[in-house]
Amino acid sequence: MNKTIQSYLDKSASAAPLAVFRIGFGLMMLYSIIRFAAHGWINSLYITPQFHFSYYGFDWVKPLGSFTYLLFTICGIAAFFIAIGFKYRLSIILFFLSFTYIELMDKTTYLNHYYFISLLSFLMIFLPANRHFSIDHPKATDHTLKTPIIPQWSIDSIKLLLSIVYFYAGLAKINSDWLLKAMPLKIWLPSKYDLPFLGNLMQQEWVHYAFSWTGMLYDLLIPFLLLYKKTRLWAFIAVVIFHVLTRVLFPIGMFPFIMIVSALVFFDSSLHEKIIAYLRRFLSPLSTLLGPLSRKRTNNKPFVITYQKVIIPVLVIFFTIQLVLPWRYLAYPGELFWTEEGYRFSWRVMLMEKMGNTQFKIVDGSGQSFYVQNDDFLTSFQEKQMSFQPDFILEYAHFLGDHYSSQGYKDVKVYVDCYAALNGRTSRRLVDPKANLYQIKDSFQHKDWLLPLEDEIKGL
Amino acid sequence: MKIKQLALALFSIILITACTESNDDSTSGSSDNFDRKALLENAADNIIIPALQDLNSDLTALKASKETFITTPNQTNLDNLRTDWLAAYKTWQYVEMFNIGKAEEILYGFQMNIYPTNTTDIQNNIASGSYDLTSPNNNDAVGFPALDYLLYGLGNDDSAIIDFYTTDSNALGYKNYLSDVIDQMDNLTTTVLTDWTSSYRDIFVSSTANTASSSVNMLVNDFIFYYEKGLRANKVGIPAGVFSTTPLADKVEGLYSKVYSKELALTALQAVQDFFNGKAYNNSTIGISYASYVTLLRDNSGSSDLTASINSQIEAARTELDQLDNNLYNQVNNNNVAMLMTYDELQRVTVLLKVDMLQTLNISVDYVDADGD
Repeated sequence: MNKTIQSYLDKSASAAPLAVFRIGFGLMMLYSIIRFAAHGWINSLYITPQFHFSYYGFDWVKPLGSFTYLLFTICGIAAFFIAIGFKYRLSIILFFLSFTYIELMDKTTYLNHYYFISLLSFLMIFLPANRHFSIDHPKATDHTLKTPIIPQWSIDSIKLLLSIVYFYAGLAKINSDWLLKAMPLKIWLPSKYDLPFLGNLMQQEWVHYAFSWTGMLYDLLIPFLLLYKKTRLWAFIAVVIFHVLTRVLFPIGMFPFIMIVSALVFFDSSLHEKIIAYLRRFLSPLSTLLGPLSRKRTNNKPFVITYQKVIIPVLVIFFTIQLVLPWRYLAYPGELFWTEEGYRFSWRVMLMEKMGNTQFKIVDGSGQSFYVQNDDFLTSFQEKQMSFQPDFILEYAHFLGDHYSSQGYKDVKVYVDCYAALNGRTSRRLVDPKANLYQIKDSFQHKDWLLPLEDEIKGL
Repeated sequence: MKIKQLALALFSIILITACTESNDDSTSGSSDNFDRKALLENAADNIIIPALQDLNSDLTALKASKETFITTPNQTNLDNLRTDWLAAYKTWQYVEMFNIGKAEEILYGFQMNIYPTNTTDIQNNIASGSYDLTSPNNNDAVGFPALDYLLYGLGNDDSAIIDFYTTDSNALGYKNYLSDVIDQMDNLTTTVLTDWTSSYRDIFVSSTANTASSSVNMLVNDFIFYYEKGLRANKVGIPAGVFSTTPLADKVEGLYSKVYSKELALTALQAVQDFFNGKAYNNSTIGISYASYVTLLRDNSGSSDLTASINSQIEAARTELDQLDNNLYNQVNNNNVAMLMTYDELQRVTVLLKVDMLQTLNISVDYVDADGD
């Protein structure tokens, strides 16, 4: 056993796949940051709102006023440095920290793919992604054109993370709403009536079911089909079709492209060496600038990672957490989609069409009461997200309680009138209207102030 | 070899995507069996334009009776002026929710019905004699609420009010202001109506895509926004003190005429229900509407009948509202509990519209457009 592990850890591979991955990752992150800024989202999501929803334990992470732009700039520059392989270790650490900080500033914007980027950049801190075709390793010791080699596990760890994302997303789709009712696709797809070619198809009920089942099977199987050499090319074509289709149908930004480029890592190094050869030719007009972009030649002895003794245990812990965390919902009673206890950070993607309408009633010691106009404190996007997510509702209730207490109201109580609708079910109360939320502390305990869905969604 | 295949596959798919994405708002032929263009045509031709035309003719009548009144300010002419004001104000309840196109562009609603009106601003405008009625600062000094004050609120009784237009040292100023406010309302309405009848109608009815800026989506967004703010909050919730520690009776619509506040709210509720159901403004024809859209989608997905729920909840709200005093100002001061109960029923309509209906229609709402996943 130990021998098997040791021999696996000693296995080496061409550095080209990881180099191509690094370049793709860096460029796409750079583009994502530029796109984010160009849409004006830095201002509308982080500067304009007067209140920000924090993750439990991270309420010290807040937007930095106009320095928030600086944060995004650092993140973008770090992404560019990653792409060109300049001060890689420092750049990837900076990227991981700045990107994660951005995501922690307000959980209103939580997206699984942002979480994925944080994880991926954390993982990349420990990988020798700059060994090949980078500014960091300019001086070739000899002039043959052979690619340096790196440990096999460093490439495999990326494949493993991608596989976890897909496979867990597939597991999450094994539920009765998704498979037996074709929800929420049955709500979403018909509204795409305005797409040429596809619009008509999207109205057909069998299409909703076909998409649901195909989506589930795709997510579960694609890691294996990409790993297996004979099916790899077809699997990759499926990846492209699947993600392009999701891009056409849903407003999911850069995620499809990130997944398509990432999936290239499953291919043999020969493909990546061709890509690098192509890039080298493409960049040759800039050779005076980028002359150093070259090939460190360490052909015969495997590249030794300095802190491998530390890195391997760190990665083992990292992946163990990844494998366990999505199951934490099992520790909570009640319907996961309704209470959302353990919903995030679990690759539950596109599973719910959920909306809510939530009014907060402030009652003071003398019995006087009034409802809060949410748009006095929240942007419409925040209000939308808050209206159906219990942890948002609780955090906002505390904010309101503190706000009105500081305004001189005595003995403030905060009650909630909250209706939500899930996957086409008629709206019903989500929160017990008799619960004074200002008295309830946020925690990882079960939220017993929620009312039940009174319907069971079977499955994982 | 492999690379070429791959490149070819990639290229063709990207090409398809590119074509698909570039056309996303030019399709007018709908691909499901619901005709959104017919919905928009019904809204434009049978509801919005007829209501605007009616308002326009009401305001023409109001202008005429205003001319008569300022020529001869007496009780009879004041009564006629008030009658025409009320008629136009009730018609306005059918127009306010359509804050779209030219109406949105020129801030029509803000210049027609911001209340409570600011009597200090009105008095200052009259005293100075120079004012820009279109200025945002004057939004609360123009429109129907300003007329409410000028026709009912200047004095304690009618003869005291008439005195302002006859014997007051600045009677001319009062006459001019009354006249200017009415003329301005008439101009604005003509502008909005002309835009609808000349060009906007065709643009409006052909914008059937599911994008944040398409007519199908903007219309329902405006409708819900109006219901929630313009009707539920402004007419009932705010005066009842739902959003404040104490009731604010003087925030009712039609504060100075007193007895019309409930009637205006009932009219608005009827207008909301009629629009939802696609009922024509001038007759009882029922056309294609969001109600039929909801019914179709709900039938498709096998859920309970949302259209019926919305209508019966509106009925429930109407029943509560109907029991109130004609004068909501008195109602708030004498028995605010009934007012609050009315609000609760109205609020339940909000949930059905904002949560259930929007979820069913799956319409792109005009929230910040961030990515989803």
